Amino acid sequence: MADMSAPAGGLLTTSDGRPLKSALATAQKRAKRRAFLLVLPLLAFIVITFIVPIGQLMHQAIYNDGFSANMPRMTAWFAETPPGTEPDDAAWEALALDLKDAAAARSVGVVGTRVNYEMSGTRSLFTSTARGAARFEPPYRDALLAADEKWADPNLWGTMRQVSDAYSANFFLAAIDMTRDVNGKIVPMPEERQIYVSLFVKTFLLAGLITFTCFLLGFPIAHLLATLPMKWSNLLMILVLLPFWTSLLVRTTSWMVLLQQQGVVNNTMVALGIISEDGRIQMIYNQMGTIIAMTHILLPFMILPLYSVMRPIPPSYVRAARSLGATSWTAFRRVYLPQTLPGVGAGSLLVFILAVGYYITPALVGGASGQLISNLIAFHMQSSLNWSLASALAALLLGAVLVLYWIYDRLVGIDNLKLG
Amino acid sequence: MSLPVYASPLERVWYYTRLVICALIFLFLIAPILIVIPLSFNAEPYFTFTEKMLAFDPTGYSLRWYDLLLTQPSVPTDVPRDAAWWSLVWQNSAWVNAAKNSVIIGFFSTIVATVLGTIAALGLSRPEMPNRRLIMAILISPMIVPIIITATGLFFFYSSPCALLNWTGLAQHCGRLTGSYLGVVLAHATLGIPFVIITVTATLIGFDQSLNRAAASLGAPPTTTFFKVTMPLILPGVISGALFAFVTSFDEVVVVLFVAAHDQQTIPRQMWNGIREQISPAILSVATILVVISIGMLATLEILRRRSERLRGVTPH
Repeated sequence: MADMSAPAGGLLTTSDGRPLKSALATAQKRAKRRAFLLVLPLLAFIVITFIVPIGQLMHQAIYNDGFSANMPRMTAWFAETPPGTEPDDAAWEALALDLKDAAAARSVGVVGTRVNYEMSGTRSLFTSTARGAARFEPPYRDALLAADEKWADPNLWGTMRQVSDAYSANFFLAAIDMTRDVNGKIVPMPEERQIYVSLFVKTFLLAGLITFTCFLLGFPIAHLLATLPMKWSNLLMILVLLPFWTSLLVRTTSWMVLLQQQGVVNNTMVALGIISEDGRIQMIYNQMGTIIAMTHILLPFMILPLYSVMRPIPPSYVRAARSLGATSWTAFRRVYLPQTLPGVGAGSLLVFILAVGYYITPALVGGASGQLISNLIAFHMQSSLNWSLASALAALLLGAVLVLYWIYDRLVGIDNLKLG
Repeated sequence: MSLPVYASPLERVWYYTRLVICALIFLFLIAPILIVIPLSFNAEPYFTFTEKMLAFDPTGYSLRWYDLLLTQPSVPTDVPRDAAWWSLVWQNSAWVNAAKNSVIIGFFSTIVATVLGTIAALGLSRPEMPNRRLIMAILISPMIVPIIITATGLFFFYSSPCALLNWTGLAQHCGRLTGSYLGVVLAHATLGIPFVIITVTATLIGFDQSLNRAAASLGAPPTTTFFKVTMPLILPGVISGALFAFVTSFDEVVVVLFVAAHDQQTIPRQMWNGIREQISPAILSVATILVVISIGMLATLEILRRRSERLRGVTPH
C-alpha cells in the first residue's frame, strides 16, 4: 500500500472530506460496538444469573451475622471495649438482655450455633440459659452464673468477641483445618477434626486417577477411530456419542444394576466359576464404584478431543519412519505420540476439571469412602446447615477449578472446545 | 488402519490384541446403556436376569414396571383402560407429572438459552469483537464450574434476589425465586448457554461473511439478511445447540434439588429420589425410555451434521 501514499494535496480523505484515517477509526469503533451489543444481552444475563450468585456465595463464606444480628447490645459492647477486657456490669447486662430478646424472638438457636462453630459444646449453653432468661433480674452477673457457671469462662468471652464481627475469615480457616485459639492466633484444628485438607487431597487424587484411566481407555479408541476409514469411524463414533447423550442418572443407575452384589457382573462371574457364591465382590457403594462409573461417564470427554487431534495426522508420517528403519514401537513413540500431545492435554484437563467437581455419581454410588469434596459441600448445605463453611469449601474448590480453567484456556483455547 | 504387508509376526499378534482391547472398551462404553433395556422388562422385582429371562420364556418378561410408571401413586390398576382412565393418568401419575414439569422447564430454558446464545455467538464470531477471549471464557464458565457451586450460589441468590439492590439502597425487599418455575428456568438456561455458544460459534467458523455483505449490497436490511441468509446456513448449529440445551435441562437434578419447591418434581429428581430411597425396576423402565429418547436425539444430530456439511460444501476427509 506504500505507493498509495498521500496525494500532492496532503491527506487521503473520504468523499465527504474527512481524513481517511479517522473515518476508518470511527467505522471500526462502530463495528466493535455493534459486535459487543450483540453479546451484551447474554453477558448481562450470565452476570445476573451466574456471576452474582457466585459472588453471593463468596460473601457468605466470609460473612455470618448469626451473632451480631441477634445480640445487638453485646456486639456494641465488644465494639466499644478493647480485646481482653474483663466483662463488667454493662457487659453482663447486655448479655442478659440480649438473651432475653433472642429467646423471645426464637433466634437464640442461631446465636448458639454461630458460637458453637468456633467453640464446640456452647450451643446448649445458650439455649438452656435463654429458657430462663425472661426471669433474669439485676445483678445480672449472679443471675447468669446461677443459670450456668460456664458463663464465667474467659475463653467463651473471647470466642463471643470473635464472632461479634459478622465478617470473619474463620470459615476459610476451618475449611483448611485451622482454627483460632482464644487469643485469636491461628492454630491447627485438633487432630480428630482435621477432615477437609485430606478430603481435598483425596478428591484431587481420585480425579487424577479417573483422568488416567480415561486416558488409558480413550487413547486406543481415539486412535482406532482416527485411523479407520471415515465410513467406519462415523459408525463406531455412535458408540462413543450415545453414552455422551444419555442421561447421567441413567448411566449411574446402570452401573448400580451391573455392579451390585446380586447384579449382572457378579452373577456372570459366579456362573462362570471365576468367583464363588460367597466371594461376590463389593464393587459399588465404595471408592471403586465412584471410579468405575465416573470413568465411564467422562470417557467421551477424553475421546472427542483426542480424536479431533488424531484425525488430521497424516498416516504417511509413521510409514516414513518405518521406511527409515524405525520399529513400529519407535515410530509410534517418536513420531505419532508427540503429535497427539495437544489432544492428550486438552482431554486430560477437561476430564480432570469435570471430575474434581463431580457430585451426582459419588453421591449415588460412592458409599462412605467414595465421597468427594462436592458431597461435603452439599452435606453442609442440606444437613449440618453450616452454610458459611459450605461456602468457604465451595470457594476453595472454585478457586482450584478456575486455575485449571485458566490453564486450559492458555493451552487449548476455549474456542477449541468441541462437542461431538 | 489395516495391517501393512511387511508386518512382523509380533506385530500381527499385537494388531489383533489391539482390536480385541478396543472391542472390550467399546463394550465398556455401550453395555451399561443397553443392559437396562432388557432388564426393564423383568417380570420379577430384581435387577438381574432371571432364569426364565435367560431361557427366553415369555412369562419371564412383562410390562408391569411400565404400567407402574403410569399408575404410581394413585391411579387404579384394575379398571378398563378407557379415556377416563387415561385422563386420570394424565392428572395423577407422579411420573407423568414429572415429565410434564421437565418438558415445560426444558422448553422455556431452551428458548431463552438458544435465542440469547445465538445472538451472542453472532457477535462473538465477528472479527472486530473486543475482549473476545475473556467474554467467551465467562460465557462458557457455567459448564466448567462444578454444579454444586452453581446450585449453592443460586440458592443464596434466589433466597433474596434483591440483596445487591438492597446493598446499594435501591430496593428493600422483593420476594424470593426459590420454589418458582422462573427460578429453575433461568438456572437451566444459564447451564444450557455454553452448549449453544459452542455449537453455534463452531458453525459460524465456516460461515462466509461476504454473503452478508452481498445481501446488504443488494439492498437487504440487516434483519432480512439475518433471516434469509445467515439463519438458514447456521440453522443446523442452532438446532444442535438447542438440543444440547434441552438435554442439559432435562437431565439436571442438583439445581432442582437446591432451588425448586418440594412439589416441583422433574424426571431426574424422581429418579434421584427413586435411586436413593426405594430402588425398583420402575427406574429401569424410565431409564429405557430416556435411552430411546437419546438415540432419537443422536440420530437428529447426525442428520443435521450431514446437512450442514452438504450446505457448506465441506466434505468429510
